[in-house]
Amino acid sequence: MERKLRHVAVPPSEITSYSSYLSRRDFLKAAGIVSVTTFLAACGVNSSAGPVAGNGGPTAIPGWGSETSTPSVPVPDNAQGLTTDELANPLNTLDQITHYNNYYEFSTAKDAVAPLSQNFKTSPWSVEVGGLVQNPKTYGIEDLLKFQQKERIYRLRCVEAWSMVIPWTGFELADLLRDVQPMTSAKYVRFVTLMDKSQMPGEGDPTFPWPYDEGLRLDEAMHRLTIIATGMYGQSLPSQDGAPLRLVVPWKYGFKSIKAIVKIELTEQQPDTFWNNISSAEYGFYSNVNPNVDHPRWSQATERRIGELGRRQTLMFNGYNDEVASLYTGLDLRANY
Amino acid sequence: MKNKRRFPWLQIAVHIIGWLPLALLIIYFFTDNLTVNPIQDIEQRLGRIAVYFLVATLAITPLYTVTGWRTVLPRRRALGLYTFFYASLHIMVFLGLDYAFNLSQIIPLLFGKLYLIAGVLAFSLLLPLAVTSFDYFIRRMGRNWKRLHWLIYPAGLVVILHYAWSLKGNIFTLQGNIIQPLIWGFVILVLLILRLSPLRRWISSTRRKLFSPH
Repeated sequence: MERKLRHVAVPPSEITSYSSYLSRRDFLKAAGIVSVTTFLAACGVNSSAGPVAGNGGPTAIPGWGSETSTPSVPVPDNAQGLTTDELANPLNTLDQITHYNNYYEFSTAKDAVAPLSQNFKTSPWSVEVGGLVQNPKTYGIEDLLKFQQKERIYRLRCVEAWSMVIPWTGFELADLLRDVQPMTSAKYVRFVTLMDKSQMPGEGDPTFPWPYDEGLRLDEAMHRLTIIATGMYGQSLPSQDGAPLRLVVPWKYGFKSIKAIVKIELTEQQPDTFWNNISSAEYGFYSNVNPNVDHPRWSQATERRIGELGRRQTLMFNGYNDEVASLYTGLDLRANY
Repeated sequence: MKNKRRFPWLQIAVHIIGWLPLALLIIYFFTDNLTVNPIQDIEQRLGRIAVYFLVATLAITPLYTVTGWRTVLPRRRALGLYTFFYASLHIMVFLGLDYAFNLSQIIPLLFGKLYLIAGVLAFSLLLPLAVTSFDYFIRRMGRNWKRLHWLIYPAGLVVILHYAWSLKGNIFTLQGNIIQPLIWGFVILVLLILRLSPLRRWISSTRRKLFSPH
């Protein structure tokens, strides 16, 4: 399976440069069919037992490898080898995920991030975890890799109304937070991105309140689906996707999933966040994916999945309604956008 | 005699410049250079191209004021029509490719979202200008033609609002992704100021004093 993943991870230049978009789509379709078939054949699974499209409910997906998690878990911990998410959406390719990046620290042009981030230094790297915790610590990236690494396939929905399906590797943020022992007064978690204009030219743009920072409520941060990603497609995380580590909160708009984290701080007050500072009426603290609550300037009802021509209906909490809706019981999601 | 004074090379150059962006877009499409979200990229590129042509159109009269180069003046019409051409393509891509002519999705957007209201308004200002750009209307409308075509200025400013509001930034608080619309808005404003009659007369007379022998 490692081999198969490597096969997918052909250097992007070799995949796309000379083929047109449409022919690439055809190629990907064919490749998708091939990889699903080989996967099923390799596992000796009857093709009729393939991933089933569910309506947000639990779907039985045959996990790959020895660590097969219980089939009733909607989003399995070990998704290695799966080629779709739990709703049977095919994965986006590594080429797509690494060449369409909203990462304003490098550039506001999505296709300019990959070339500009190629020499980004991700080692050594340390993350300071502090604030209202019993056990403040500074972790090297190698310490963080000791937390149990899981393979999670998540949909990522950008506030700009496009989306992808991404196979992350990472650990649950809850594991890290338990290690530093939040005090009872801690209610929120704040995250900060590296500030280094010499490596991240976009941080020289004075119209943005650098450094990038983000925040979660503590219960959101402790949720099983909230991970710190350290890898993707079975490889270490590419720089343009937030190396060496980034947050991934799949039921929130993509900008909540802060990249290149150097600081995690537990606080009592709701922390300031980057986009909220720029325009508080447009980018709320919660920023949960919600097709019924529009961004003031554009609609959030539909989205384009990268690689598809038509638009899809956006799902409540990005399709993770069953897992996360209980976090917001009694909360007015229109007022708390 | 009249024809000898014309510079056909300038006319040819304008038409080459007019078709070049479309040719490049087609090349980029077939060489896979329109990102992995090509519909949005085509849509946004066409919008930016239309802005550039609008600025070029608006720059013609000030260019004449400053340089006294009369030959550029007749080229304004072609540039204006290319502006309209790319704005129309931009809208067709939005309606057809992006939203597959799904009117139940499009109509609430067009009348509910500020950046699209601005876009619709800008296009409705450009539309009568394009329609009346033929000699027939210029002759027939007389002074009113000039009055009508003055609409290019409000159109330019509304286009900039449409551009700024479609990006993740706030042009009024100068926060976020605003540099491009800000630069082009500033350029349009300068071009507009250069057309104010007193300033225009002053520039013309200064030029004549400087460059004419007594």
